[in-house]
Amino acid sequence: MGQQALSNLTVIDLGDFVSAPYCAKLLADMGAKVIKIEDPHGGDSARRSGPFLGDVPNPERSGLFLYLNTNKVGITLNVKSRTGLNILKDLLKTADILVENGPPGKMRQLGLDYHTLWTFNPRLIMTSITPFGQTGPYRDYKSADLISFHMGGRGYTTPPQVQDITRDRPLKAGGRQADFLAGLTGATATMIAVMARRLTGRGQHVDVSEQEVVGMLMQSTTPLYTYAGRIVKRSEMVLAGAVALIPCKDGYVCLEPMLDHQWQALAEVMGNPQWAVGEMCRGRPARTRNWDAILDLMAQWAAVHTMEEISGAAQAKRVPGMPVNTVKDLLYSDQLLARGFFADIDHRATGLLRYPGSPYAFSGMSRDLVHPAPMLGQHNEEVLCGQLGWPKQELAALRRAGIV
Amino acid sequence: MKGVSALGREPLPLNGIRITDFSWALAGPLCTQLLGAMGAEVIKIETSKRLDALRGAEPFADGVPGPNRSGRFNNLNLCKKGCTLDLTKPEAVELVNGLIKLSDVVIENFAFGVMARLGLGHETVLKIRPDLIYVSSSGLGAAGPKKHHVAFGNTVHAFSGLTALTGYYQGPPRGIGGTFSDPLTGITAAFAILAALHHRADTGLGQFVDLSMAEATLAQLPEAVMDYTMNGRVRGCEGNRDGSMAPHNTYPTRGEDEWVCIAVSSEEEWKSLCRAMGSPSWAAEDKFSDMFRRLQHQDELDSLIGEWTSSFSSREITDMLQKAGVPAGPSSNLEQFVTDPHLRARGYLFELDHPEAGRRTVSGLPWKLSHCPEPAYWPAPMLGEHNGYVFQELLGLAGDRVAELTASGVIC
Repeated sequence: MGQQALSNLTVIDLGDFVSAPYCAKLLADMGAKVIKIEDPHGGDSARRSGPFLGDVPNPERSGLFLYLNTNKVGITLNVKSRTGLNILKDLLKTADILVENGPPGKMRQLGLDYHTLWTFNPRLIMTSITPFGQTGPYRDYKSADLISFHMGGRGYTTPPQVQDITRDRPLKAGGRQADFLAGLTGATATMIAVMARRLTGRGQHVDVSEQEVVGMLMQSTTPLYTYAGRIVKRSEMVLAGAVALIPCKDGYVCLEPMLDHQWQALAEVMGNPQWAVGEMCRGRPARTRNWDAILDLMAQWAAVHTMEEISGAAQAKRVPGMPVNTVKDLLYSDQLLARGFFADIDHRATGLLRYPGSPYAFSGMSRDLVHPAPMLGQHNEEVLCGQLGWPKQELAALRRAGIV
Repeated sequence: MKGVSALGREPLPLNGIRITDFSWALAGPLCTQLLGAMGAEVIKIETSKRLDALRGAEPFADGVPGPNRSGRFNNLNLCKKGCTLDLTKPEAVELVNGLIKLSDVVIENFAFGVMARLGLGHETVLKIRPDLIYVSSSGLGAAGPKKHHVAFGNTVHAFSGLTALTGYYQGPPRGIGGTFSDPLTGITAAFAILAALHHRADTGLGQFVDLSMAEATLAQLPEAVMDYTMNGRVRGCEGNRDGSMAPHNTYPTRGEDEWVCIAVSSEEEWKSLCRAMGSPSWAAEDKFSDMFRRLQHQDELDSLIGEWTSSFSSREITDMLQKAGVPAGPSSNLEQFVTDPHLRARGYLFELDHPEAGRRTVSGLPWKLSHCPEPAYWPAPMLGEHNGYVFQELLGLAGDRVAELTASGVIC
């Protein structure tokens, strides 16, 4: 097992909630040394967002916070105070990367705009993740995951195939997909800047827009407008003849018998009933026309079979078909368990819990997430005294002054 | 290409990195487009015997089908070079091995086992080039009892847990209307490649990266996973709801099927929203007086707000509320998205000429770098467009050898 890929990088995480902390987590989980800086009064707002262990709100027991901050070292610092700001600057002097997601202009207010930072660390890369980026007419707009997802274009046609377009409003995806995608893209762009630094020796400011990040999901969809002048609606049967999301005995399954040979194989799985091999299903255009009726017939067949039976039989004939897994199904998935996807992490405030793991497996590296998220201010002494050389008695004074 | 790009400009961050790109459809092509725009030389391996699925997908320029006329293909393959080889022929595999020897990265997203059958599996290839970064991406990954399972995007959404969480509140699973896990996996692959390149630059070590689209998606659903591991709760569809914000939804506007989002996270924003609505008497009612109560009565709240929004356009609501400090914005349809003035002003959306498809709007990178030249975007390769460059310039074949290989169907 070799060293982790990013173990020679030091990152200062000034982020809050999801996007920037997720960016820093991805770097931390790959071995970067990440120092998370939280406000002494309450810390990261993800600490106040659920789910909480036992449903009891507790800043050390937020599942969202715990997941987003694995493998980080955590300190508290009031960066609005002169002393706090100087401590942050000391940390930035030797850092490779600063990640933040404050509104545009906030870093300047703190006296930490990129050009100032550059004067004392020209190798520093500063990554700013915001809803709409650092420039342009919407740069100061306020947003939320909901709005970024919809303004990036992916919400308008979600969910597909609604019956009543005036009643069935556009939806966001489950979870906080825009925020997480922005974190992932922020980490990607940060690594681009790290590669650039190898060529030029200097750092730079990386500006990531969450709206544009969601826009990346649209690249195979926009041609419907840019080539065909169409505005796709939620009511259109875009999945007709291709995607069957149907109830079965113990849940739902998703089958995609898009091609003729896949449909024929699926018909065989269903025991070649008359309807499936007859005129109604002959060729994709016929299936597309009759899809509603076909879905009903498929659902009748599926009603007596389980998700695993149906997807297993479909896969045995190379038909794309998988269960609509709930989180419970996923935590018992033989596939995910065999791959070691989940991570079991022991945190002082929660005990051992199972977390989602890294979204990739590197042959030369361990997939395990080793260290739990920091408690609020857990590493103050280690970082301030151990790394920056503050005497221990002054740390006590800094605490009394509300700086850490 | 060392340091300075072909155009003699200042170097782009990935100049000097070469990628042999076997990927097709969506996930891999998005990844290599991002890296190509940042200066990597991406060589896409295709065959006219079995076209990239997107080359055959509608819509086509002017409605006329043709491998170089597909909007979806042309949107996902900017900044790449393309060559054609029939990899079922041993000479083609030999040629591609020569190309891999000149490459830093290999990426593929076929179903499990396809590359190994072609003699191009990672075990074989990493023996030839131990410092290569080899990325395999598939629905459920390259290991595990279900590695053979085949999937398209919607099947992966289902497996990953995303479908079960996407739908109207407490209703049946409905899923996302469009691509999600494919592009997400593409970005994940780009990050993994960059991390591996960084590691290689310091250690000289290559890497096999095993990517599962389902895992890439599930890594972005921690709240649902942790609510189960912490509390045994199985979350279902959420609609547009958020556990700590109300109002938080999409609302109808004056336009037909035109919607606007509003997300209120604090009392201050609520008060500003009420003022913007002209302080209606219902807004002062007890049942809406704090976040807890608004969350409890959000269905009623949503219909009352919807009555107000219905008199305006999504643009008017957005302007009014953003001025008042309330987070709001349109649920953009394709036209609103493609013509979004902000995305245009930032240069994210721009026009690009394609030799067969003409001038079309495309999107660039979702990031801006302060001290890096603007990426030089060029259109997707026509089928086999760079055969001459790849086979003669890079691999050093003579012109008559190329003609021979073309005649025998190796290059095709």
